[in-house]
Amino acid sequence: MLRVTSIAKGIVIDHIPAGEGIKIFNFLELDKVNYRVALLINVPSKKMKCKDIVKIENEINMNLDILSVLNENITINIIENEKIIKKYSPKIPQEIEGVIKCKNPRCITSVETKLKNKYILINEETKEYRCQYCEEVIKLTSL
Amino acid sequence: MKVRHLIDSCDLTVKEVEELIKLANKIMDNPNKYNTCCKNKILATLFFEPSTRTRLSFEAAMHRLGGSVLGFADGASSSGAKGESVSDTVKTVSCYTDIIAMRHPKEGSAFVAAEVSNVPFINGGDGGHYHPTQTLTDLLTIYNVKNKFEDFVIGFCGDLKFGRTVHSLVKAMARYKNISFIFISPVELVIPDYLKKDVLEKNNIKYYESTNLEKEISKLDILYMTRVQKERFFNESDYIRLKDTYILNQEKLKNAKEDLCIMHPLPRVNEISREVDSDSRAAYFKQAKYGVYIRMALIMKLLEIEEKVC
Ligand SMILES: [Zn+2]
Repeated sequence: MLRVTSIAKGIVIDHIPAGEGIKIFNFLELDKVNYRVALLINVPSKKMKCKDIVKIENEINMNLDILSVLNENITINIIENEKIIKKYSPKIPQEIEGVIKCKNPRCITSVETKLKNKYILINEETKEYRCQYCEEVIKLTSL
Repeated sequence: MKVRHLIDSCDLTVKEVEELIKLANKIMDNPNKYNTCCKNKILATLFFEPSTRTRLSFEAAMHRLGGSVLGFADGASSSGAKGESVSDTVKTVSCYTDIIAMRHPKEGSAFVAAEVSNVPFINGGDGGHYHPTQTLTDLLTIYNVKNKFEDFVIGFCGDLKFGRTVHSLVKAMARYKNISFIFISPVELVIPDYLKKDVLEKNNIKYYESTNLEKEISKLDILYMTRVQKERFFNESDYIRLKDTYILNQEKLKNAKEDLCIMHPLPRVNEISREVDSDSRAAYFKQAKYGVYIRMALIMKLLEIEEKVC
């Protein structure tokens, strides 16, 4: 089996549905970083048969709860001194600030790009969010 | 009145709307009494896109209160085009003036402006989003023609998909007792789902949709007409087939109630035929006049000018 060394300090995002790992990799823009990152795909798993894993040897300065839009069973492990010090699943965030751009071409944020995008959760079940500015509703089912 | 800024007409409570209507009617009855109310006050009209009617209505309102006005009429030739943001423009202008009215082509621009304005801010239309002074004008018209806000069957006819004045007025009228709606439009231009679900069904308000104005007209107390624009159709033949169906004329008015109130946000193109203008049920030219008085009332309320002082 393919082996990837464990990391001393950083984040391991585990139990990603197979095929979705690359989306997280791209969403976190891990192709642009200068620290070690591993994207493992199609890793055999007892629970899921097949899963993806992202290992990041650094801190990430972002609320990872947003990953819940992909799947709420994803596990986020925070590693320090080669030990897991925190383990949690991302929860649907009440507000999403900055990371998602409004897709409404008539929205003020489409022309004033310095405005911070902000989405407010309006329906937890359907993962529907409303743009704070134009109030366009989006369904967040992928990143 | 609690609000300092007006982004959407639903930011106002039913009681606040009532207060505004009362004041607008007082001003209308005795305009001279109010003609120095806003002496030494300045209104800024920041129009990032041209809308002559709305801008003149704001400016007339401020002049009639004895105040003065500055601003720009077409954002393309002013700060916006030079790359200045809405928030910087509004921040700066709120240092020069006492109250701001703004129109901007983008949705949510009014929210941005209200966040940073140090003086009361009025949304004069933000793209296809909100246009509260139009809705307040419509409400004043309904009240003055009908003397009440309850027990109406209200018909909306034309482009109900994109017509923001329709959406705002539906939300505003849905707050009153015993109101039901009939939405008359081509299938291409039906009322959006969110209005049906979040506003009407949620509050158990009766409504139905129809494609036939002639068939429904006898049931209506109020008929709100809007334009069916050619650009909204995929092909010309659909447009030609449908356009006359949604034009109001004397023939279609044959079965209408004696006291039907016919409204239109203006400007009209051909959706109400000229022969209807002289019909006593036509209220759309009154709307234009009421627009100035409701804006006068709004400016006074937002500037917290007591009637006694005038
Ligand atoms: Zn938006």
